[in-house]
Amino acid sequence: MIEDSSVVIRFAGDSGDGMQVAGDRFTNSSAIFGNDLSTFPDFPAEIRAPAGTLPGVSAFQVHISDHDIVTPGDAPDVLVAMNPAALRANLGLLRPGATLIVNSDAFDERNLAKAGYSENPLEGDLRDRFQLFEVPMTTLTIEATKPTGAKPRDAERSKNFFALGLISWMYSRPLGTTLEWIESKFKAKPALVQVNSLAFKAGVNFGETAELFGSPHSVKPAKLPKGKYTSVTGNTALAWGLVAASKLANTPMLLGSYPITPASDILHELSKHKNFGIATIQAEDEIAGIGTAIGAAFGGHIGVTTTSGPGMDLKSEAMGLAVNLELPLIIIDIQRGGPSTGLPTKSEQSDLLMALYGRHGESPVPVIAASSPSDCFNCAIEAVRIAVTCRTPVILLSDGYLANGSEPWLLPQVDSIPAIKVEYASGHNGTDANGEPIFLPYLRDEETLARPWAPPGVPGLEHRIGGLEKENETGNVSYDPANHELMVRLRAEKVERLARDIPPIEVNDPDEASALVLGWGSTYGAITAAVRRLRAQGRSVAQAHLRHLNPFPADLGKVLGNYEKVVIPEMNLGQLSKLIRAEYLVDAIGINQVNGQPFKVHALESAIEPHL
Amino acid sequence: MTDLLAPPTTRKDWTSDQEVRWCPGCGDYSILAAVQMLLPDLGVRRENTVFVSGIGCAARFPYYMNTYGMHSIHGRAPAIATGLAVSRPDLDVWVVSGDGDALSIGGNHLIHALRRNVNITILLFNNQIYGLTKGQYSPTSESGKITKSTPFGSLETPFNPVSLALGAECTFVARTHDMDRKHMMEMFRRAHEHQGASLVEIYQNCNVFNDGAFEDILAKDARADNLISLEHGQPIKFGADSQLCVAHDGNGGVRIANSVDVEDAEVIVHDEKAQNPALAFALSRLASGPHTPTPIGVFRSVEMPEYGSQVQAQIDHAKSQKGSGDLEALLSSGPTWTVE
Ligand code: SF4
Repeated sequence: MIEDSSVVIRFAGDSGDGMQVAGDRFTNSSAIFGNDLSTFPDFPAEIRAPAGTLPGVSAFQVHISDHDIVTPGDAPDVLVAMNPAALRANLGLLRPGATLIVNSDAFDERNLAKAGYSENPLEGDLRDRFQLFEVPMTTLTIEATKPTGAKPRDAERSKNFFALGLISWMYSRPLGTTLEWIESKFKAKPALVQVNSLAFKAGVNFGETAELFGSPHSVKPAKLPKGKYTSVTGNTALAWGLVAASKLANTPMLLGSYPITPASDILHELSKHKNFGIATIQAEDEIAGIGTAIGAAFGGHIGVTTTSGPGMDLKSEAMGLAVNLELPLIIIDIQRGGPSTGLPTKSEQSDLLMALYGRHGESPVPVIAASSPSDCFNCAIEAVRIAVTCRTPVILLSDGYLANGSEPWLLPQVDSIPAIKVEYASGHNGTDANGEPIFLPYLRDEETLARPWAPPGVPGLEHRIGGLEKENETGNVSYDPANHELMVRLRAEKVERLARDIPPIEVNDPDEASALVLGWGSTYGAITAAVRRLRAQGRSVAQAHLRHLNPFPADLGKVLGNYEKVVIPEMNLGQLSKLIRAEYLVDAIGINQVNGQPFKVHALESAIEPHL
Repeated sequence: MTDLLAPPTTRKDWTSDQEVRWCPGCGDYSILAAVQMLLPDLGVRRENTVFVSGIGCAARFPYYMNTYGMHSIHGRAPAIATGLAVSRPDLDVWVVSGDGDALSIGGNHLIHALRRNVNITILLFNNQIYGLTKGQYSPTSESGKITKSTPFGSLETPFNPVSLALGAECTFVARTHDMDRKHMMEMFRRAHEHQGASLVEIYQNCNVFNDGAFEDILAKDARADNLISLEHGQPIKFGADSQLCVAHDGNGGVRIANSVDVEDAEVIVHDEKAQNPALAFALSRLASGPHTPTPIGVFRSVEMPEYGSQVQAQIDHAKSQKGSGDLEALLSSGPTWTVE
């Protein structure tokens, strides 16, 4: 047995080859085995681009380790390539000397041509650069599943399980987890249980008996904090966070959403949990998605809408309405590459300025961002908490990388999460000119400046709200210049005052560095890994990560002032940098990458290094 | 929703303290009066009544009602009302809209609210013009219409709101006009009683930008021969002496005929409850604009499952099957493992 402390494995094949399933299953058995891990599903926007071509390649990268890790890894140690296109698309990512396992059956003339190879790369110098293993996976799968009577065409589809079996043997994964999963997943189709299990076992046996691969490797369980774990993707964690928030607020939730990549899984997940009192409407368009959520919020429920960039564009007018109505509303933006349709399945952090400023008029909205898949859970709760207490729309930013990536998650103690206090107006709160009691829908809480939340159904509180400027306190339509100025400033201050409740920023700075690396959102993992590496080389560097982007934590300016240099890595052209410069007159140094991919740790490391 | 215990009210109770700001002589006034006079008769409570509107002259309506209300953004009222009606089935949700709001910028929301059969009552003020933006043609303006934005005449074919609603699977469709308060009140009452989406098109005169658009059929001396009042179960006859009638045209459509030329058995008997909307649709096409005999009244009123109660039924069913949600169980519903 060869012991590795960590390994990065990339499963790559055609979109129809089931690589996401193979990667996901490998992840699961590793999670249950006790490794720390991080995943990166990397798939095309096309559902099934022409088979065998480069645009059709779908990959799943997983990093497992015996210690705490934070990224899916830069350069795979192992690549499973199910066809020439998968090889071609991923070869450049591998570290020198990596293990390369190819399905040799797929390297025929046709597939080679489709991948743009004029010669078979397996016959070239690959063998000198990598540990190349040619395995006729298709043939072996068909062979192994013969006893079931499955037609070769059908049997061949199980070759992803063969590959999974082989890698599972190679890294000494427990086999039971996968076999049980096959059993339950295909319960309704016993024939598939048989074929997939046989293919999986054949892969394991091939590893064991072929004497090609030498000894199997092992990656020991990681020493993680004690407790019960599960493995979640960002989108699942986010949906669960919304369910939790509805429960913590003891208030029903309505999600209005239009399907859009990469946000749709939140709609799918929430639609399953009706027993939590959650209503979901697949709206006719993005605008109706937020419209139904606003309607629900007016009715006293928690209104939520989920989307990605193009949907944010469409919803912006309705967000402005919610700003004026001063009703709680949660807008979730799973960022993707833009502009326009852009890169639907790729990741970017380029909606930050839009979240803050993408509406006409002075239209302030609190903005928060999740930093890891499991953090999506906490952020969903935080978004609801802010929206409900402050009666304001809140934008929660995640991105495609967090949405589909997964990590082990130490489950929180459910009863230790503080409840969300929901208060509805219950009676008159003012008097008119004649001293008669009346309801003032825009009379503000002195502390938070929130107006009363007064859903219909209470006699005496009948009132009208809308998008026209409101007179302070009465909420009547008003075109008075002084009142407009007052209202603009009140709405801004209401959001600014939220900073009072934001905990001080946590700075990780063990050796009083002179440079601070400041991040936000999904770059947390890559920045953390890069900082760890730099420190391992004896360099001093401080790290801080922002969850609250509007308003910023109250002490951010002071913290920034403690450092000579502030370095801000972002998957955009410098949006947080711009905010930090504007807000604090700090000459922030941007490290910017907009290629649709998460940062590679080594690239980040070398980009930060000169500033230390 | 009729509430037997609702305290009696008068028109005054439903009138807000806000000054009404439509142009003097605007048809909107009589519609507002009809609604405010009807509500005391419906046995409903002010606190359970909500008016939602978009943008346009008509959209100011909620401000004048002493109920809950929202004056939202252009075209989106049906979507907002859907969210409200689904989450709060205890409320009476009215949508007030105009031809531009409902049929142009908000066309998509309108048709989908109708097809979902959300329990909302939509009053569509059709004045065939953009009033609030000062006189451009609307999606219901007649072809050739000369306006500020069409100085050489509109090149577009107008929508027929009743045809459109029927095509969008609307379960209650009616038409009325701003010169007949009694008829308006009757149509609004019927629309309110209907469980599901109801749409009432109201021919409304914009005396500033499109004065007299409905004069051909609504002038006092024109009405008898030009308004065809639809009554469920009655043969469709009109004219001062019922000298005119509506009969099949032999091509699947309907035609206007002299009663003397048609056997009684061939006169169409109006059936608003017909599941197949074909005849209602044919009736909606009788006149190509408000210039020739035009049907008013209830075109269609059929019972179909209402959206919000079905949403609630799925929630209730899930609760009865799985019990009220258990968060801890949810978080452990995937693969879990314990680190000792
Ligand atoms: S512009 Fe026309 S529709 Fe608008 S208020 Fe004036 S008369 Fe009425």
